[in-house]
Amino acid sequence: MGSNKSTIQYIPDVKELIEETGFSAAHIQRLFERFDLLDRDQMGTLRVEDFEAIPELAMNPIGDRIIGAFFSSGKETVDFPTFVRVLAHFQPTDSNRTKNSSQEPYNSPNRKLQFAFQLYDQDRDGKISRAELLQVLQEMLGMQVTDEQLQSIAERAIQEADLDGDDAISFDEFKKSLEKVDIDQKMRIGFLS
Amino acid sequence: MLGEGFLRVLNYRDAKTEAVKKKSKSKSDGEKRGYGGVDVTSRTEQNDLATLGRQYPDLQVADSGPIPAPKCLTPHPLASPPVPVPPSSSQEHDQGYLVMGGSVNISVDVPELRTNSVLNGMLEKKLEEVYMQHLTENLARSGCPSLLLFPLIFTCLAVVIVRCSGLTPPEPQTLPSSLGQNVSSEGVPFVDVPMALGIFSVDYHHVQAPFEIVLWIMLASLAKLGFHWSGRVPAVVPESCLLIMVGLLVGGVIYGVRHSAPPTLMLDAGYFLPGRLFFENLGTILWYAVCGTLWNVLGIGLSLYGVCLLCPSSLGDVSLLHCLLFGSLIAAVDPVAVLSVFQEMHVNEQLHILVFGESLLNDAVTVVLYQLFESFLRLPSVSGVDVLLGGCRVLVVGFGGLFIGLFFGLVAALTSRFTPRVPVIAPLFVFLYSYLSYLTSEMLHLSGITAIVTCAVTMKQYVEANVSERSNSSIQYFLKMWSSVSETLIFIFLGVSTIQDVHMWSWAFVSATLLLCLIWRASGVLLLTAVVNKVRRNKVTFRDQFIIAYGGLRGAICFSLVFLIDDFPKKRLFITTTIIVILFTVFVQGMTIRPLVDLLDVKRKKRALPTVSEEIHSRLIDHLLAGIEDVVGYWGQHYWTDKFEQFNRKFLRRFLIRKSSRTAPVFCGCIRSWREESSRQTERLTVPQTCSSRPLLPEEMDSIRRILSRNLHHFNNRMPAYSRHTLHQDRSLHRHRSLREAQVEDAEFNELHHLRGGLRRYHTVCAVSSRSASRDIPIPEEQTTPTHGPKKHLNLT
Repeated sequence: MGSNKSTIQYIPDVKELIEETGFSAAHIQRLFERFDLLDRDQMGTLRVEDFEAIPELAMNPIGDRIIGAFFSSGKETVDFPTFVRVLAHFQPTDSNRTKNSSQEPYNSPNRKLQFAFQLYDQDRDGKISRAELLQVLQEMLGMQVTDEQLQSIAERAIQEADLDGDDAISFDEFKKSLEKVDIDQKMRIGFLS
Repeated sequence: MLGEGFLRVLNYRDAKTEAVKKKSKSKSDGEKRGYGGVDVTSRTEQNDLATLGRQYPDLQVADSGPIPAPKCLTPHPLASPPVPVPPSSSQEHDQGYLVMGGSVNISVDVPELRTNSVLNGMLEKKLEEVYMQHLTENLARSGCPSLLLFPLIFTCLAVVIVRCSGLTPPEPQTLPSSLGQNVSSEGVPFVDVPMALGIFSVDYHHVQAPFEIVLWIMLASLAKLGFHWSGRVPAVVPESCLLIMVGLLVGGVIYGVRHSAPPTLMLDAGYFLPGRLFFENLGTILWYAVCGTLWNVLGIGLSLYGVCLLCPSSLGDVSLLHCLLFGSLIAAVDPVAVLSVFQEMHVNEQLHILVFGESLLNDAVTVVLYQLFESFLRLPSVSGVDVLLGGCRVLVVGFGGLFIGLFFGLVAALTSRFTPRVPVIAPLFVFLYSYLSYLTSEMLHLSGITAIVTCAVTMKQYVEANVSERSNSSIQYFLKMWSSVSETLIFIFLGVSTIQDVHMWSWAFVSATLLLCLIWRASGVLLLTAVVNKVRRNKVTFRDQFIIAYGGLRGAICFSLVFLIDDFPKKRLFITTTIIVILFTVFVQGMTIRPLVDLLDVKRKKRALPTVSEEIHSRLIDHLLAGIEDVVGYWGQHYWTDKFEQFNRKFLRRFLIRKSSRTAPVFCGCIRSWREESSRQTERLTVPQTCSSRPLLPEEMDSIRRILSRNLHHFNNRMPAYSRHTLHQDRSLHRHRSLREAQVEDAEFNELHHLRGGLRRYHTVCAVSSRSASRDIPIPEEQTTPTHGPKKHLNLT
């Protein structure tokens, strides 16, 4: 797997991608190589099975949710620009290279929180219901705790966060409950490490 | 025919010792120092031999008579015999000949003085050789395999046991020399050329006796295997005979092995090492081991020298090199001691692997530094080149041990491929190959411990797939038993030796050493961790650092090394200090580490209390990050493991694993995803529509917090480690017990512990499940569920 400098020409719309996401050309190249490696049937797109083939992801308790985050609703494949856009959320905020200031950059704290929020909110109704929260807790904790404990944890979480009393956590409430956490620090990956 | 031949040898031997004893009783005791009656004058010896010669004509050595100047002489300088010698000159050589404990040197010590005991020894050896030759020739000639093997193995055993019992029990001071340290036997100069350092040397005599024993047993076992494989009559020898033989073999091996107890502990540790975790953390482990040890050694050595300079009255004659030498041996963290303490504490796997791996690998560094400084002490002057050579030597020792271990591991795996017809002998190979690897690397003055661990790690995956479940269990049980025994022995011996020796005491030195050990280790760990945390994904927390620093226990290795220093005026002081340090670390640090860690945990909790939401969401984001990193592919790290897995699958597995079980590894690979999946399936909650909204009590809050903080760690790397004294089999029954009955407080932690243990059992046993149909062992129901495993259901909204 040698780094082939010329592959970058084969990626469509590279320049727009670079501008939009803030990745450098080298980043894009690496991501493309990774995309290529994951793409086992070499169709230029990734399917669910390609993601599942990553062994560590299979062990991750919320693995399938993460995979689901790559697939925008209704679609069954992920093409390279979508792949890159999803991963752009995890860049450090201070390395903001986009010149396109009309839309919010991908790696702003807000976008990051939105991404995390969507992991909970599978039905995309803009709220984390009690059931959804319980599901996530179940996945993360499932083997070690009893039902009652899960219920009480979920209960407590909603109590803390729910300010308008609708028994669900909206995005703003979610943001508020995480205001003390340094999101940028937590949700970043060194892409060239 | 051969049976009686063998019996005749025994009778001959008995008769000879009888005759010899009779003669020695009639001698006056004043002028001879008896060693169990082996000394006789030459005339009476000849008479005895003559009579015996008449009775057993075919047992005479062909070329008896004046023994020619032997070519296999090793110059054994009598300048420093381990035991003070009385003025009578003719007895010195006997002591030199017999006293060397495990590294008995049969060859003649001094050419010109051939005493009777010397002749005796040579005679015996030649006899054995001749008889073995006799036997093997007959073996080759006749065609009945299993009946032959019985006396062959039995003879080997007899040889082993008789020879070992013929050795006098060594004095305690010399025993540590054979306690598994690859330092040359006392008196033999380490470097060939006094002006330079040798990087590579072979020292066969150091390990001769156990080496030969093991080789003989190995030969016998392989012969047995070969005969069975060729399809001839295996049914003649009943099962019970086989079992008795195996028992005897192990007994015989233990006899021969009693001089090198520590390797068995390493074998046990290596066999049950969580391999994947080890390799993931290998960089950190190496960093701690190499740099940490260097830091400690130099720090302690130099500071001690400073202390010595400060008290010139009592410590003035301790030179810098001596201090460095002492530093190098006292800085060695002992895996034995560490293991025995850590398994009491519930440390998570990552920490366990870090400390354990570090203690293993720093063996190479420690021993090399020790040898380096020791040889420097002997050199007239030290130049920069020597230091450089010393550095090369570290690499050679470490990698040499590694390669030897790899080699033997692969050979063992290959051997295990052919064992299905002789399942009983399979466990034996595990031990034999590991021990052989240890001995070989000792012989080459490489790191024996590294070799044995590498061998165990390499061997494990293939052997497990190849051998039957019963063999697997027996391997595990034997390993555990053996390691428990030897661990006990080491520490008992340590206690005994403490009382025996005459001590030299110096308040300054001892207290300085204690303090410095602690200080340097703590500072070393802090510094190294600060550097390494920048690179690691899972940071080493402060709690972990504390455990690493405080858990650096010294043990038997220091003890044996200190005895091997060349004698100089302050050697007693060093010995005393070492004993004090070992006792201090093991007792004080070992006993207090657990309460201190608990205290730390409590303190940490009181400081910041994040809300439950925060904790949940943070943990979710942690998992998310891990997942994204996996998607992106953490550059370099996974690339190499992927490549290795491909290589493994394509070549190694095909070669080293039997055909019938080759499909199994696929299960092993997916076993974790199965576990994940089935846990979700069996325990999926139905979400109730109504719920209580009462406010939560504070203790519930505490328990919730505890659950979250303990269990939401990064899934891959923070699971609690197995316990060394229990086997995984016992836990498989817990798997399906309903979790709802579990208590909240601490039991949930143990439950996780059990689950991991039980589930890990599947990891090892899963290889068998595909073959369960062909086996007659009824496999319990739980284990058949893996076959449903690898299908993964993804819910995508």
